[in-house]
Amino acid sequence: MSGTSDTYLGMPAFPAAARDAVRNETLRENLRHATHTIRDKRAKAVAELDDWALLRAAGRDVKERTLRHLDHYLLQLEESVTAAGGTVHWAADAGEANRIVTALVKQTGQSEVVKVKSMATQEIGLNEALEAEGIRAYETDLAELIVQLGDDRPSHILVPAIHRNRGEIRDIFAQRMGSWGRPALAGLSDDPAELAEAARVHLREKFLRAKVGISGANFMVAETGTLVVVESEGNGRMCLTLPETLISVVGIEKVVPTWQDLEVFLQTLPRSSTAERMNPYTSMWTGTTDSDGPRTFHLVLLDNGRTDTLADEVGRQALRCIRCSACLNVCPVYERAGGHAYGSVYPGPIGAILSPQLRGTGSDVDASLPYASSLCGACYDVCPVAIDIPEVLVHLRERVVEGGEVTRNGERVTIKPAKGHTAERAAMRAARWVLDHPGALRAGQRLASRTRRLHPKRLPGPGRAWTDTRALPEVPAESFRDWWQRTRGGAR
Amino acid sequence: MNGSVSGGASSSRERVLARVRRALADVPRDERPRDVGVERGYLRVHGDRTAEQTVDLLAENLADYRALVHRVDAAGLPRLLKRLLAAHGSRSVLVPPGLPSEWLAAADPAVVPDREADTAYELDTVDSVVTGCAVAIAETGTIVLDGGPDQGRRRITLVPDHHICVVRVPDQVVRSVPQALERLDPGRPQTWISGPSATSDIELNRVEGVHGPRTLEVILVGGGSERQAPSVR
Ligand code: SF4
Repeated sequence: MSGTSDTYLGMPAFPAAARDAVRNETLRENLRHATHTIRDKRAKAVAELDDWALLRAAGRDVKERTLRHLDHYLLQLEESVTAAGGTVHWAADAGEANRIVTALVKQTGQSEVVKVKSMATQEIGLNEALEAEGIRAYETDLAELIVQLGDDRPSHILVPAIHRNRGEIRDIFAQRMGSWGRPALAGLSDDPAELAEAARVHLREKFLRAKVGISGANFMVAETGTLVVVESEGNGRMCLTLPETLISVVGIEKVVPTWQDLEVFLQTLPRSSTAERMNPYTSMWTGTTDSDGPRTFHLVLLDNGRTDTLADEVGRQALRCIRCSACLNVCPVYERAGGHAYGSVYPGPIGAILSPQLRGTGSDVDASLPYASSLCGACYDVCPVAIDIPEVLVHLRERVVEGGEVTRNGERVTIKPAKGHTAERAAMRAARWVLDHPGALRAGQRLASRTRRLHPKRLPGPGRAWTDTRALPEVPAESFRDWWQRTRGGAR
Repeated sequence: MNGSVSGGASSSRERVLARVRRALADVPRDERPRDVGVERGYLRVHGDRTAEQTVDLLAENLADYRALVHRVDAAGLPRLLKRLLAAHGSRSVLVPPGLPSEWLAAADPAVVPDREADTAYELDTVDSVVTGCAVAIAETGTIVLDGGPDQGRRRITLVPDHHICVVRVPDQVVRSVPQALERLDPGRPQTWISGPSATSDIELNRVEGVHGPRTLEVILVGGGSERQAPSVR
């Protein structure tokens, strides 16, 4: 990662960060409430579709096909976007993506941009890079606005300001809106409707005058060149249609082969994410259209560690992720530790496998992330593209403690085992943190049966000292919870 | 890390593509994308419904996401539009270029045609917008606009605070997302709308209308006479 994203560098390893979160009772209560509410609603939304398992398998297959032939689909995408009037740029890393976007904004002569929530631009630290060049980036998603005004970091993929109460949000709006634009009216209360109205008024002024919009995308269709943004509030539509210039920064893994493939993800994403049959707004655009929407469209295709991840045959599956956040909401560790402890824009189970692959396992926090899990397997069960997160976690643990061949910045390198290194201590502490939190561990035995073929005779790394003197308990053929789920009568 | 300051954009393209190809060394060279199977055993539609039941489901799902749903026959449409605009207190109504003129023949508000030269600020002063749609999806309660002449540019259904969308039933109604995609042209810009704009960012409380129209009314125009849909709030 290049310098602009150092918001997260120097982060303490997972256990230290998690310890603070566990002490913060407000945060824990908010998280518990949020994750349980969304998770229960999701289960209902999923149960409405009796072909869920088949949709999930198709989603996995489509993404697998794409990844195995990513060069083919990227070239096809480039051709169709260009044919539709867009311009495609390629960025090997964060620094390059930031330079491209900054130059494009400067070409327009503008010094401010409106942004719709985009994890890719957070990952590369685009706002800070623009700021350094005198360009102000306004986040327009309500939660991102709360985070930005509060000089804070997002803590959840879907509800980034979930760690904030309405009272805190009121204070942030009352104190900070004025220095970013239109101030909140005097006497603002903490009523959610009134707070949303304050955001509407504050942001509308920005939308109406904006000349440049910046977005990410949920999907890019190779055969047609269509980009898709899925959202709720309408700030996405504002950023995608009102400005004259639109710049979309999208990870190369977001491509899908065909228009028809959208039928899978437009059914699985909203239900997995917000537990809705469909999210309120979905925008789709193909290049530029006369007099409807931006006259200039730029697509910046971002690598930034994705090809390194692709090179790992086990870890590759993390690139199937459609960022629905379902895995966060079922994760007992995330529920207690909170999003910030993961030291990355990608928190929760997906963050625990994605960040160490995108960034390598060189830092304390990245080396500890594969241990920030009880391996209970709930994340795998809910994942709409069937990413076997526990499998990748075990694989990454092995990499941390045993070292071996990996790809970094496109080159094959051999990393040393973490033995004696701070990373091992970090990992050890993370493992212990999980072991010390019975709730986080409760469903742990599920992994054993799910991954029987992967189950080692001896635990790798930090667990080894322990198993050296004890035989690892026999793995039951099926855990009680699996048996219960299987026999309860086919909820889905 | 060193970016492509000296190398220029095309070298990054080659670099990323080369990395992708190197990363996929395990993929047999003669494997074609189509060789990677995609099991499409999932359903084209969920459940067994007549055309009429499908329209009922659409009404139900639209209302579930807090759109206000109305049903009317073609003859009653102008009167219903007049009534809804009056009830909303609208003094001006924006119309796309191809909206049938008889729809608003009875309405009182000033009709504002959408013009390319109009700025977003000008759109912001209009009270309501009336459009048709490209297709409506019953299973999800979604209306899809694709910029057709009776729907206009994407921005006109975004900036005003009140959107009335007219759906011709049963012709414009499909049952499922797969059926909708089959009917739509990817070359046209699309907006899929399921209920009015909403957020749950503040303690997971649902609040409607952060940026898009706070009120979405959907009129299902069919054979029957004017009546409220059963599940309107
Ligand atoms: S890993 Fe799966 S469940 Fe988690 S965010 Fe990605 S797609 Fe959703």
